[in-house]
Amino acid sequence: MRWGAFFLVALAVAALIFGCASAINNDYVFFAGYTVLQFIVLATAWNILGGYTGYVNFGSAAFFAIGAYSTVFFYKFYPMPIPVLILIAAAISGLIGLGMGYLTLRLRGAFFAIATLALAVVLQTLIVNWNYVGGSRGAYIIRPSSVDYIGSYVHYLFLIMLALAVVALTIAYAIEHSALGYGFATIRDDELAAEASGVPTLKLKLIATTLSGALMGMAGAPFPYYIGYLQPSSAFGLEYAVNSIAMPIIGGTVSWAGPLVGAILLGTLQQYVTVTISSSVNVLIVGVLLVAFVVVAPNGIIGLVKSIARRGRRERKPA
Amino acid sequence: MQLFSPELVINALIAGLLLGGFYAAVTLGISISFGILDIVNIAHPGFIILGSYIAYILNAQFGIDPIVAALIALPAFYGLGAAIYQVYYVAFETRGREALSGLAFFFGLLFITEVLLILVFGVDYRYVQASYIDQSINIGFVNLPKRMLIPCMISILMFIVLQLFLSRTFMGRAIMAVAQDQLALRLMAASPTRIKRTAFAISIATASLAGAFLIIIQPVEPSVGREYIGRVFAICVLGGLGSLPGTVIAAMLLGVAESLTATFYGPSWAPAVSFGILLLTLAFRPAGILGR
Amino acid sequence: MNANLLEVERLGKRFGGFVALDGIDLAVAAGERVGLIGPNGSGKSTLVNCLCGTLGNYSGAVRFDGRDVAGLTAHQRTRLGMARSFQLPRPFASMTVADNVRVPLLYTVNARRAPRLSSEAVAARAAELLALVGLADKGGQFPRDLTQVEMRKLELARAMAADPKLLIADEAMAGLSHSEVEDIVALLIRLNEGGITVILIEHIMRAVMTFSQRLVVLVSGKKIADGSPNEVIRDKEVERAYLGQ
Repeated sequence: MRWGAFFLVALAVAALIFGCASAINNDYVFFAGYTVLQFIVLATAWNILGGYTGYVNFGSAAFFAIGAYSTVFFYKFYPMPIPVLILIAAAISGLIGLGMGYLTLRLRGAFFAIATLALAVVLQTLIVNWNYVGGSRGAYIIRPSSVDYIGSYVHYLFLIMLALAVVALTIAYAIEHSALGYGFATIRDDELAAEASGVPTLKLKLIATTLSGALMGMAGAPFPYYIGYLQPSSAFGLEYAVNSIAMPIIGGTVSWAGPLVGAILLGTLQQYVTVTISSSVNVLIVGVLLVAFVVVAPNGIIGLVKSIARRGRRERKPA
Repeated sequence: MQLFSPELVINALIAGLLLGGFYAAVTLGISISFGILDIVNIAHPGFIILGSYIAYILNAQFGIDPIVAALIALPAFYGLGAAIYQVYYVAFETRGREALSGLAFFFGLLFITEVLLILVFGVDYRYVQASYIDQSINIGFVNLPKRMLIPCMISILMFIVLQLFLSRTFMGRAIMAVAQDQLALRLMAASPTRIKRTAFAISIATASLAGAFLIIIQPVEPSVGREYIGRVFAICVLGGLGSLPGTVIAAMLLGVAESLTATFYGPSWAPAVSFGILLLTLAFRPAGILGR
Repeated sequence: MNANLLEVERLGKRFGGFVALDGIDLAVAAGERVGLIGPNGSGKSTLVNCLCGTLGNYSGAVRFDGRDVAGLTAHQRTRLGMARSFQLPRPFASMTVADNVRVPLLYTVNARRAPRLSSEAVAARAAELLALVGLADKGGQFPRDLTQVEMRKLELARAMAADPKLLIADEAMAGLSHSEVEDIVALLIRLNEGGITVILIEHIMRAVMTFSQRLVVLVSGKKIADGSPNEVIRDKEVERAYLGQ
């Protein structure tokens, strides 16, 4: 399927989902659904760099927070509609991703991973000390109560995140089925051989970092409106870092479907656990699942499904 | 910004050096696992916090001095390190997929450790009681708090012991060799796996002591470990991977930098110092000061 | 106009205190078939790595097709026309054998100014290359399913896919049977007749002697002989250092 067709199918599915959610007409569905959709975007974005090229980003929270805080900044400075804020967040996060990549991508993957962690902390420290956006006290965002044609504001946010999820998944799909996807895979498999085969590894890695960072920033842009009160500890929260890594790894990093599966499964599981048990147990479960999958099933759920299918096909062949 | 006075600067410098000595102990484990064995054990700070809590329990329940408690717990940490390495080896080194999965593995361990501690102990700050914690030695205007001085001195001792171990004993030299040439080791009928496991176990054992130092110096709660991830890798990279003396020097430099920043600009900027140094080092001199 | 495709001038490479290459001078004319031999550890692969950009920080100069390649990354040199196979095969493990060969077609051939190959043409050319090395029916398999010998053939096919002016084959024939060695030598000679300059690094003397128009001998990082194959193997120093007389 060409990516254009994929985009249309995804749009259709999204429209269906929105229709069903509106029919149920329970605001909790929209609130919870927003979180799951947000994770779909974050997981897919992480996977473009981590899964496709093999460079692990521990600082997903930083890019997410950049998106969130650029919204806060403009809210105070010159309010703008959310779609515009999303584009601005994409530009800023993308640029920072590019800059960080340029500084560190010429080193080995392990150093890059550590540098992403460093970046997250540096950014958090800068934000905590920046009083215009609230610093450590936090910032309040007043949410409009409703939007024409769509209904309550949370319906609007849900719709926006749905659209972002469609965009993210389509980008991932398009990459996978293009020469760029091959290039990314060679970087993951053997960077030295990739260079020797003519793959411009630095350029491709920079593309991946920029794209990944931009998408994460876009996921963060509507967040202040969703949550109403933004503090650095929530924007740079631990759950974003763990989930951005756990969801693609558990779902399966080699395909666009992996982060989707991982985000839906883990996202809904977490909603359930947070409400019934506690949010700490939540993170514990994600951590345990991450370690378990990494040790036992490194290709994730999608990988397990594929290998079962392959074994089935082999058994069906006549001896 | 505070007024410059020589006493203030000197005290900040001394505090920085003492802090650096402590940071060196914290980083020692990473110098071994990352610097020598090339294993990115990003969960190391989690084990340090675990060490802090174990020191806390033994201190609160039985009144044992935290450093003594750490020594008691040392064998357990050693065993934990050996077990973790075994899992790591079977899951990753044999399968050849160490890059992405190894990092994710340790990252997962880091969070599991932190959350388990939250579930067991809660998020309140814990601290230990010992006679020397509130005492200071004063030489003129120079203030040497004992709670910083003692960990610093023991840390330097740890380094000397380990440096001697790595250069004088058979196992120590085997560890240095395994970093360079596994085939030669196999030909000598020494098992590289066993040697690496020993080294990794030692690196986790150091976390026991480092944890005790931490809770002597400051109150601890489970998420404190996260601040140290950047610090330890900054020191490790700045000092040059695999160089123990380099680690000590880099730790001192970082300690001084943070101390001066905290004194003159305020403590909320301190985390940015270490992570900023890390980014700059990676960008411009990844081999570090004394690197191989 | 220089007829030399490759000029290496006083190439030196150190690893810490260890001198891997010590002032290598080498000139390869366009269309030549050069054999490069030497004991293990003599620096042959290091030489290849420096030429192709996989290793940097070398002293001396490397000129390819008239231009100095200093500062060019490995992929840029590949696009200029240098291709190499790795001594220890480095396949892309997550993709099929056919896709492995597609990569240089997509990223080297299609990156040059000539009209880009369509995806059908890429697939056809990949199949053609696999057939040339005797892997025609393995296109859909994964590198982990191949034997060591088949992986070396894949290495060669991948290097050929980059449509090079200079092909450096680094011990591509280790482990091959007598007839397989003959096949590969014949293949390389055919490539050479089609215009590709080839440097063959090998230990299999039979192949080297059949193939080479010129023979270069490397020992401990120094070039100790460079001339016609028959003269070189009779050279006393070569006998002593390498052939073991």
